[in-house]
Amino acid sequence: MTMQTFLTLDLMPMLSGLLAAVTCGLLGNFLVLRRLSLMGDAISHAVLPGIVLAFLLTASRAPLPVFLGATASGLLTVGLVELIRRVGRVEPGAAMGVVFSVLFALGVFIMARGGAESVDLDPGCVLYGTLETLAWTGPPETLGELFSLQVLGGLPRPIWVQSVTLIVVVIFVVTLFKELGIAAFDAQSAAAQGISPTLMHYLLMSVVAGAAVASFEAVGSILVIAMLICPAATARMLTDRLRSQVIVSAIVAVATGGLGYTLAVFVPLGLGWRFTPSVAGMMTVVAGAFVALSIVFSPTRGMVARKVRTRRLARRVALEDLLARLFRAEEEGAPALASADLSRASRGSHPAGLERAAKSGLVSIEGSLASLTDAGRAAAAAIVRRHRLWEGYLVDRAGLSPDHVHEPAELLEHLSLETELPIPDAGADPHGKPIP
Amino acid sequence: MNPSASADATTSALVSRPEHSVDSPLAVHAMTVAYHRKPVLWDVDYDATAASLTAIVGPNGAGKSTFVKACLGLVPRATGTVEFWGQPFRAVRDRVGYMPQRESVDWDFPVSALDVVCMGRYRKVGWFRRVSRAHRMAAMSALERVGMADYASRQISQLSGGQQQRVFLARALTQEAELYFMDEPFAGVDASTERAILEVLREIRDSGRTVICVHHDLLTVAEYFDRVILLNMRVVAAGATSETLTDDNLHRTYGGRLTLLSEASEQLARSGQRQP
Repeated sequence: MTMQTFLTLDLMPMLSGLLAAVTCGLLGNFLVLRRLSLMGDAISHAVLPGIVLAFLLTASRAPLPVFLGATASGLLTVGLVELIRRVGRVEPGAAMGVVFSVLFALGVFIMARGGAESVDLDPGCVLYGTLETLAWTGPPETLGELFSLQVLGGLPRPIWVQSVTLIVVVIFVVTLFKELGIAAFDAQSAAAQGISPTLMHYLLMSVVAGAAVASFEAVGSILVIAMLICPAATARMLTDRLRSQVIVSAIVAVATGGLGYTLAVFVPLGLGWRFTPSVAGMMTVVAGAFVALSIVFSPTRGMVARKVRTRRLARRVALEDLLARLFRAEEEGAPALASADLSRASRGSHPAGLERAAKSGLVSIEGSLASLTDAGRAAAAAIVRRHRLWEGYLVDRAGLSPDHVHEPAELLEHLSLETELPIPDAGADPHGKPIP
Repeated sequence: MNPSASADATTSALVSRPEHSVDSPLAVHAMTVAYHRKPVLWDVDYDATAASLTAIVGPNGAGKSTFVKACLGLVPRATGTVEFWGQPFRAVRDRVGYMPQRESVDWDFPVSALDVVCMGRYRKVGWFRRVSRAHRMAAMSALERVGMADYASRQISQLSGGQQQRVFLARALTQEAELYFMDEPFAGVDASTERAILEVLREIRDSGRTVICVHHDLLTVAEYFDRVILLNMRVVAAGATSETLTDDNLHRTYGGRLTLLSEASEQLARSGQRQP
């Protein structure tokens, strides 16, 4: 592949996909946080009747009427959803489902009746877009020519439309960042401060509708819907601040676009396949894969991280129980216990628990007997101390009877508290054992 | 402001209801609120006392939260007027603070405790502008006042219920309002948070400002609040806690649930469903 073919054939579709991904990805953050993810779906389907009507009325594919028609029917969708939700008192998801399926069907119906399909507007384009047909007919010969007016003027029209849209969206998100945030987090106190959540809702929805329509022609509805949800959902798993979530969502969107295009075009090309998958389709698959990966592998909220944390906790509890048992045995005059007994009896632990304790120098194992080292004794004393303080606390302050406090104390002893527990009134635990 | 001119203007407006004073931080007159044709508040009249700590008390569904929201224009009023220092709410937004119920927001939202407190400054910051360092410092000192400075950068889902309530209180504080509405500030908090919140509320009152709280715990009303509104769709009684919180008044607020009025409203609601 030469530079020239890359510039002519690949750069524009790739750029168009990236622009759509970032534009929709940024806005998606506010939809996902307001639990309105389906609104992207609703709007991008429901714009169809607007597009078709504008198309039939003007009998052309002039961009402006199509854009206006589509945005108008996008806003009609938002208004209808709100109306049905209030008057019909149904949940927002149901209201969106009703509105967009009916409007989409209406669009298909008008398209068929009006003979629109004869004029180069077909349902396939609506779904997958026309990314592959975007070619750059006059790419620059040298890098220096790249920024000349003539070359830039030769860029395909969708690229221009999408670039302007992205700029508008970035300005929208940056300037109204805190207003969008508070309206999503706490609509009531936003309203009390004079930041109308209704106004923010319709502003956001107008921009979503505009962005969906602008991205629509090039990349199709499936990618628009995916990009309004997936990058934001991925970023949500990876961050816990709105600002970083928005930034990460943009990065994820770029990665989705780039990887999707590579997998759809360059990889099949490199492998010598004669079949090339749909670019928009592949980007959508990649977007979904990122969401799945983030759910499994997110360092803070992912499934793996949670499993690891639970395991670590279980290990610590098992170790502490083991040390406490040895400590109590010492108190009763048995300086060592049989390792076999220890590993069998302690809750949730296994032989590895004893080995780990030995390895970290808390327990020494001689033959079949295990005993506490000095370090182990200090650690164990702290645990038994917490246990007995808790028992005292539960009897003195919570009014439990002494024979009911061992079980809860057995759990509570593993908590690390910042505040020191009080010494029981009796000076010893409720069973008369000393506080270490 | 020219005092004589404003006095003239307000006197004429208040001729029909001389009981309302311009100094009153909150004057509610003949307010009725209905959800889906079922009245929730009926012909409510109330005049708040400045520099007081006032509790709104009443059974579930008595319209306590609705009273607060209707005063702030968060739910539409069917009839009636609400004035703050003799002015409509939109003219005095800066002077009125609001702390909604803790359950009304999504605590999994990606913001830190400090971010939430900064939201109390948004009106002062203004549209389109970023929260400046000075505003952040103000938010931080509000967090300090409620004993939450160490948790400023925690994501809010990692806070306990009591800590979340303190963050909400700090957000209200940083609004620097003269009249506060708080919806159940003591709901579901631990004992030490309850004491801390009460202390802050008393500081606000002692500095000459007014706090009106929806309160659910009848046992603590007399101890915590100097004034009380007993509410059950209507204002059953309002005034100083010591005089108002009588057995008779409480019985009328909580006991007589099936009054003529609630029966009438049930019927209204039923007929409303039949003929939409």
